[in-house]
Amino acid sequence: MEDAVEMRPETVDLQAEFESSGLREVLDELDAELIGLAPVKARIRETAALLLVEKARRMMGLAQEAPTLHMSFTGNPGTGKTTVALKMAGILKRLGYVRKGHLVSVTRDDLVGQYIGHTAPKTKEVLKRAMGGVLFIDEAYYLYRPDNERDYGQEAIEILLQVMENNRDDLVVILAGYADRMENFFNSNPGFRSRIAHHIEFPDYTDAELLQIVRHMMAAQNYELSSGAEAALTEYIRLRRAQPHFANARSIRNAFDRARLRQANRLFETAKGALDARALSLIEEGDIRASRVFQGGLASERARAAQEAAQ
Amino acid sequence: MRITQGCFSFLPDLNDEQITAQVDYCLERGWAIGVEWTDDPHPRNTFWEMWGNPMFDLRDAKGVMMELAECRKAQGDSYIRINAFDDTRGIESVVMSFIVNRPKVEPKIRMTRTEVDGRSIRYAHEVVR
Repeated sequence: MEDAVEMRPETVDLQAEFESSGLREVLDELDAELIGLAPVKARIRETAALLLVEKARRMMGLAQEAPTLHMSFTGNPGTGKTTVALKMAGILKRLGYVRKGHLVSVTRDDLVGQYIGHTAPKTKEVLKRAMGGVLFIDEAYYLYRPDNERDYGQEAIEILLQVMENNRDDLVVILAGYADRMENFFNSNPGFRSRIAHHIEFPDYTDAELLQIVRHMMAAQNYELSSGAEAALTEYIRLRRAQPHFANARSIRNAFDRARLRQANRLFETAKGALDARALSLIEEGDIRASRVFQGGLASERARAAQEAAQ
Repeated sequence: MRITQGCFSFLPDLNDEQITAQVDYCLERGWAIGVEWTDDPHPRNTFWEMWGNPMFDLRDAKGVMMELAECRKAQGDSYIRINAFDDTRGIESVVMSFIVNRPKVEPKIRMTRTEVDGRSIRYAHEVVR
């Protein structure tokens, strides 16, 4: 202990600390790779600044207790919660708040058992894997089923709460899910609310941001859009948003995958001679226009919409 | 009598910090860790009781240390060892094993000589408490 007292620095250069911890790289990466999500990025910057200052305070001997780092991410599907959790693990690792910085992503199935006595070992197994890193529980509200009082989810919740309290140095828990259902979940499990310091909300993407995201994905895989295809895609995004089960970036990624499928099929059926690299990577307007979204969604959904219109 | 088996057994007993460092070394190499215990440290007793399943996919020693703490709570007055298993093709065996807990009073291992078939000698060892 004596050495630690002697080693204590007089002043701390936050900027130097920021550079040397490699935090700048993670934050820059976050800015470059994630499109939109301005409020989320702002919150992460704030959190990172807080952790950096906290670390400096600890070096000076001003703070003793490890801060509570458990978080909740709320937002609609496909808004980048898992991706940000991965970045968060990187940030926490650089600042030395977790030792290994890996992300263990689980859902109810991984935590809750199927018969009496199955849940505790299962949950502990997951917790052991997550030690030294970040445990990401997707759709956390499924752990709690108010309609069934004998549900084993409660057991998993109790073990989680205990570990969140006792092993604060060893792992960080991130709960994720839709905003309204998470709110219910926290209301019925006050233990979680009091143990979670950071609530981060993920807004939906705008149409322009979604277009930028799909361009980003295409560039990463060396695909190009013809100008007609780009106009079609803009219209696609607008139409798709109004239809059911819209999952932001995930829906758009799926649309891109299906466009690739159609492009491949088109090339296969129409190509006569040799194809060059440009032909193989160009997505035409027709590849996107063929989507069912332009006819008003899946056949079952169209039928339902027509029925409602007739009434 | 101090039983010497596996790594480090001629050194003073490892403390928790040292065990953590050793386990971290094993995990870095991708080895799976198992905790085992026994009250019979006979050198030919290679199969000790398993404390739970071997732990695959761990990244940090804390998970192992939690199991070890549980095992000590239940079997504190017996031998506990940590085994590291390497699943690399061609190796597929325990590559490191060390004792992390000993009973308060360790048994002795007594050797007996028996003359058989004229003057030939047979040796036998047994654990005596």
